[in-house]
Amino acid sequence: MVDVAFQPNRVAGAKSARKRSSLKTALKRKSTAAFLMTLPLILLITILVLYPAIYSLHLATLNKSMQRFIGLGNFEFLFKRDTFWLVVKQSCIFAITAVVFKALIGFIVAHFVHNIPAKGQRKWRGMLLVPWVIPPAMSTLAWLWLFDPSYSAFNYTLSFFGIGPIPWTGDANWARFSVILVNIWYGAPFFMIMYLASLKSVPDQLYEAAAIDGANWWQRIWYVTLPMMRNIIAITTLFSLIVTFANFDIVRILTAGGPLDHTHIFATWAFRIGIEGSDIPLGASVSLFMVPILAVAAIFILRDVNKRGNEA
Amino acid sequence: MSRRKLSRRQFVAATALSSAALIAAPYVRGAHAAGKLTMGFWDHWVPGSNKASTDLVNEWAAKEKVEVSIDYIPSQGNKNLLTIAAEAQAKSGHDILAMPSWWPHANSELLEPVNDIMQTLLQQNGNVNSAVQYLGQLDGKWLGVPTCVGSQIKGPCSRIDLMKKYANIDVQEMYPAGAAPKADNWTMDTFLKAAEACHKGGFPFGIGLGETTDNVDTAGAIFQSFGANLVDAKGNLTVKTDAVRQALDFYKKLIAFLPPDVSAWDDASNNKWLVSGRGAMIMNPPSAWAVAKRDAPQVAEQCWTHGFPKGPKGRFAPFLPYFWTTWSFSKNKEAAKSLLVYLSQSAAVEKMVNASGGYDLPAFEKQTTFKVWAEEGPPKGTLFHYPDPYKQQTLSIAASPAPPKVAQQIYAQATLTKMCLRYYQGEAMEKTLAWAEGECEGFMRS
Repeated sequence: MVDVAFQPNRVAGAKSARKRSSLKTALKRKSTAAFLMTLPLILLITILVLYPAIYSLHLATLNKSMQRFIGLGNFEFLFKRDTFWLVVKQSCIFAITAVVFKALIGFIVAHFVHNIPAKGQRKWRGMLLVPWVIPPAMSTLAWLWLFDPSYSAFNYTLSFFGIGPIPWTGDANWARFSVILVNIWYGAPFFMIMYLASLKSVPDQLYEAAAIDGANWWQRIWYVTLPMMRNIIAITTLFSLIVTFANFDIVRILTAGGPLDHTHIFATWAFRIGIEGSDIPLGASVSLFMVPILAVAAIFILRDVNKRGNEA
Repeated sequence: MSRRKLSRRQFVAATALSSAALIAAPYVRGAHAAGKLTMGFWDHWVPGSNKASTDLVNEWAAKEKVEVSIDYIPSQGNKNLLTIAAEAQAKSGHDILAMPSWWPHANSELLEPVNDIMQTLLQQNGNVNSAVQYLGQLDGKWLGVPTCVGSQIKGPCSRIDLMKKYANIDVQEMYPAGAAPKADNWTMDTFLKAAEACHKGGFPFGIGLGETTDNVDTAGAIFQSFGANLVDAKGNLTVKTDAVRQALDFYKKLIAFLPPDVSAWDDASNNKWLVSGRGAMIMNPPSAWAVAKRDAPQVAEQCWTHGFPKGPKGRFAPFLPYFWTTWSFSKNKEAAKSLLVYLSQSAAVEKMVNASGGYDLPAFEKQTTFKVWAEEGPPKGTLFHYPDPYKQQTLSIAASPAPPKVAQQIYAQATLTKMCLRYYQGEAMEKTLAWAEGECEGFMRS
């Protein structure tokens, strides 16, 4: 952006007049105008994001009754708790498995949709986006009915084939499977639409050149499609990883962290400790634990994206 | 434009005159002369219950010339807990706020003591039950006034026909409507045999082992009936005791006779179990029966609410009270206390209990014999023993008598049901106890 005044040749007379004119000049700068226009958003983010974030940092440094500063004492306490490490392990299993499958399914479905003739494509795109458009709290309630311990619609259907009943939310492994499945169902359309947009921007000439060189289907994907989609894959994965790590509603509604804490992730365990157990500082510490790890991941991924952007 | 200049003398004279006029002016008592009062009440699930509370508040407001506004805050999604936490953080909020079980203790530093009005109410209405004494007081300071709205005993609700047919137990004879219970033989052993018989008959008891309150409350009462506490009143760890081992052994036997999916049950699961006609007993307030009355009348006609079985250390039942509390930063504490006294009078309490169809339970001794429990049906008298009119049970909450801030953690983390499940799933007894001891040590941080 060129940061110059709109009327740079204005002649200043007296000292006060110069002051006024410099204010006017400043106001007429593109950067000032841009700042003023983004100011409402900056204020909104400061009030709704920055302040709560700093406040939760402050809370995480207090003792249980929130009357004494204890520095990193809450984290020190957490590191000694087995349940905390169980939650760390589960959050990683939950987020990584879900993101990998969301990316994979999104990639495959995006290719299918991309190959549908343009005429019918819009219908498919709309239908495939439905899971992502429904508020997850609502759709998870439907899944809860499907997985209900005593009246599962899945088990009812499976019983006709002599299978089950499967303890969807009653057994640790099945419960983990169930919450991950719902997260994939909810998040895969986002990947699909991002990948589809990216696929549409890959120039056809590259595929034609690859075909002339005798590249097969796999080589076209590996040497043309994937490199061209690298940036979008990186950004989508990072974004989804952060959102999935911070997931709350799906686990809370489906299993509430059970059985035996085997589906708790950071947000649900933080809620259990902070709100249901009235230990808000410890709850804040649990929810903040992933911030440095995700921040480092974000820096690396975004740096890589920048580098590739510059190379291009 | 001309502007008249105000001299310093004129300004002083005008200020003095207007001050004198304000002081000397006659006191005019307007419609809302006594100020404003805001309330955050629990949003009752029984239609018409909120209206009963609103009417009572409006009656009081008209008499006292106070402008009132009531927010009914649901407990679905823990909205009420979030409101409590938010108001505590903001040091601003409702003048009166309904807090469930543990929350007065969790916010004790921020609550206005209500000893002055509690003394009057105790004299008028009789003593409060042991659960309320434990949850409502800290070092002799009353943290809130126990309210009937939302308070409940989660005792057994049995199917008359199924218990008779499979367990050979006549629950109506054991707990007759209008008369004292004849429940000497209603012990944990009898209960276990009945659970086995009903399981064999295809109608297992619906007792959950998940991490929500209904599951934890039942486990708490059963543990207490064996004298099994994880932490004692002084804050000492008492996990590795024979009483806890006995309670775990009992639960291991019981779980074998429960539905296979109880580890995933939430607070709705037991209700559905009863209403669907699949079980012979659940542990719940009469909400399940009330839903059955609407959706499955043939099931409701066979339901009978009664007392808990007796264990080696007594007969315990879970009582989950609500308290009406006032923040220390409330702007109208006097009006709040006046309203709380008004709402705790027997006439007002009876109106609220009637509106809830007998679901709400007062904590005060003299308020547990209202007609509604004898009259509700079908079958008539099904709720007669719900408020424990003959005081044959010790009303308590799971994890008591541990210091409440420790007990709340045991309760919220569902340590009791987790112990039962771990042991049932094959973990060695001592390993389960060691795990629970480690958890409780963590809960003691201050």
